[in-house]
Amino acid sequence: MRKVAIYGKGGIGKSTTTQNTVAGLVEAGRKVMVVGCDPKADSTRLLLGGLAQKSVLDTLRSEGEDVELEDIRKPGFCGSICVESGGPEPGVGCAGRGIITSINLLEQLGAYADSEALDYVFYDVLGDVVCGGFAMPIREGKAEEIYIVCSGEMMAMYAANNISKGILKFAQSGVVRLGGLICNSRKVDNEAEMVEAFAKKLGTQMIHFVPRDNMVQRAEINRKTVIEYDPTCNQANEYRTLAKAIEGNTNLVIPTPLSTDELEKTLMDYGLME
Amino acid sequence: MAPENTPPPVTEFDAAEAKATIDEMMKAYPSKTAKKRAKQALVNDPETIPEIGANTRTIPGILTQRGCTYAGCRGVVIGPISDILHITHGPIGCGYYSWLTRRNQVRPYKDTDTNYIQYCMSTDMMEEQIIFGGEKKLAAAIREAYEIFHPKAISIYSTCPVGLIGDDVHSVARAAKEELGINVFAFSCEGYKGVSQSAGHHIANNGVFKHMIGKLDEADQGEFRINLLGEYNIGGDAWVIDELLRKCGITVTATLSGDVKYDQVCKAHTVDLNTVMCHRSINYMAEMMETKFGIPWIKVNFIGAEGTAKSLRKIAAFFQSKKLTDRVEEVIAQEMGELKPVLEAVKARVKGKTAALFVGGSRAHSYQHLFADMGMETIAAGYEFAHRDDYEGRSVIPTIKVDADTRNIEEITVEQDPVRFKARKTPEQLKALEDGGFTFKDYTGMMSEMKKNTLVIDDISHHEIEKLIELRHPDIICSGIKDKFIIEKMGVPCKQLHSYDYGGPYTGFKGAANFYLEIDRMLQTNVWKYAVPAWMKDKATDAA
Repeated sequence: MRKVAIYGKGGIGKSTTTQNTVAGLVEAGRKVMVVGCDPKADSTRLLLGGLAQKSVLDTLRSEGEDVELEDIRKPGFCGSICVESGGPEPGVGCAGRGIITSINLLEQLGAYADSEALDYVFYDVLGDVVCGGFAMPIREGKAEEIYIVCSGEMMAMYAANNISKGILKFAQSGVVRLGGLICNSRKVDNEAEMVEAFAKKLGTQMIHFVPRDNMVQRAEINRKTVIEYDPTCNQANEYRTLAKAIEGNTNLVIPTPLSTDELEKTLMDYGLME
Repeated sequence: MAPENTPPPVTEFDAAEAKATIDEMMKAYPSKTAKKRAKQALVNDPETIPEIGANTRTIPGILTQRGCTYAGCRGVVIGPISDILHITHGPIGCGYYSWLTRRNQVRPYKDTDTNYIQYCMSTDMMEEQIIFGGEKKLAAAIREAYEIFHPKAISIYSTCPVGLIGDDVHSVARAAKEELGINVFAFSCEGYKGVSQSAGHHIANNGVFKHMIGKLDEADQGEFRINLLGEYNIGGDAWVIDELLRKCGITVTATLSGDVKYDQVCKAHTVDLNTVMCHRSINYMAEMMETKFGIPWIKVNFIGAEGTAKSLRKIAAFFQSKKLTDRVEEVIAQEMGELKPVLEAVKARVKGKTAALFVGGSRAHSYQHLFADMGMETIAAGYEFAHRDDYEGRSVIPTIKVDADTRNIEEITVEQDPVRFKARKTPEQLKALEDGGFTFKDYTGMMSEMKKNTLVIDDISHHEIEKLIELRHPDIICSGIKDKFIIEKMGVPCKQLHSYDYGGPYTGFKGAANFYLEIDRMLQTNVWKYAVPAWMKDKATDAA
């Protein structure tokens, strides 16, 4: 079982990219579990055709200790398995601790057991690595392979660099490695070259350049992944390509995060090129 | 032992020896640590008092005596108010370990009096509250506690996780106050907030001042009414002082905080004088009460016979009443008369022996008076959580650097109360007092009263205590539970001054007698010198 976590700046398209990529994997016959690690519990909406999931933490609260695996995971598109960690209302409690609790519960209930015959587990983690709780999947080897969704926008690259620092910290003491950057295009100048160069400096690769396509928006409004909504469109193929690239990826590294100066220089060198 | 066989008392200390001791203590530290610790370990000079590093963060890795902010607030200052329900909002351990069943004593005045001190209440925060927030559980706990006990007031204390997850304890308290119609208030005294428990004392002072003092305009009976601030009734200390003062005709309205009731605290503003025992933990309150209500404050010390007599005379002087002064002299003469034979007998045996004190924020100073009574020398002393003013005297307060840790604590602005403020003395009376040499707010700190070339060590570590014992061989050390057994394993008797090892009381004249006898007993038995640990026993002897 490959353990993958998707990180990236808030609003960059982590959940959309994760679900569309997972759609590509399950379509190709892989068995995949998606664990949403966002208190909003909206990481599996496209695979499930809507927010149909009761989160692990809500279930834990209402059922007490008697939680069964079937209470917290729902089958989604093409045999994908969907779990939402959930969390507190905005402004209260500790969402990070919630993620730790729900991943521990999943383990305890045997969600990762050999008998489940999973090929992949995907963790879709909220925003930046803001605190210990959100670093949970990359700590203790819950996730071994990290992909960072970014674009050529400055703040997205800042975030990617920061997340790499988090990975570096845990890679030195554990098994976690960076698998690559997924460029979710924002159509900024020279985007692919810039992200590629940035990836190289981080010691990794741009595993795929996902072009901007309104099809994604249309599929989302219909609560579907692109592959399910329009399997023949170009964007569906883009996600299939990304899925295949991840499937075949063996380039797993300990990242070499940039200093702020270096990062800004990369932006200047590529972003200002006419 | 006959007195003539005792060694001559040490009256002068050697500067080079003192410095060598400190240098030896610092040797084991990395250079950065040694540099920081060196500011906190000084050779004393009472004439030109050196500046000491105090109330700064303990360096990680050092075994410190200090406690946390929560402990300072809930455990020390407010916990001993006996008819308030104290609820700890947090995981169960914090509540359990701050359960005040032994340290602070309470004696209900009547059978029907309320006493909650034996109870330990906690919201027992679990993972679910950490994740989703604990406000609802806190509100439910307050309601549940109210239904069972119907207390006059409920006080809530925040532990570390409460601050981390951002529970708004104050709004929960406000809502409960409205719902239940009793006084409910909360403290943001998360353990991590300050460099020691001292931050908790300050937070507690602010809360007591905001939520209790001035709430009940009903003065106690009595001609000479005072509060006793910074007296925690450990081992029954406050009772001895109370009895002594009553004998003199002085009424104590509120003892903050030792065996005291909520109503007494609420009418603390009706007295004419605040007397401060532990300057560190409660000077904030004395200052705020002076500004708001016009009550002046003086430093007193009821530890040691001389100190007690001096304090009684000072209180009498304040009231400018011949009747009171005469009565105080009568009481002193009588008590001293009873104490003298005890002191003489003990003094003959212990005179010239040496002590070291590392405790609290005032005790390391005040207990030196008891040793001085007995003719013993204090060779080294230091506080656990005091600030520079407790070492160097209040005159340094304007020069104390306000650091980020201190800024973390709310500083409340106090104004004169339009109705309740009342100057306690006319300008003529004040002048008469001043002419007689009377001083207010007169704490000159520990160092001015210690001999030249004695050691002053702030926030002492286990390592430094071990070195002190090795190099200077004190005959007894006064300290707390965290180092007690280290000290005893090295063959030196250790008297706890936080809990008194179930002994006490040690205040006033009666308490002084207890202390003399206790120290005498500990110095004569030598039990720790004879105890040989198993691993140090000779194997051959063992086999035989």
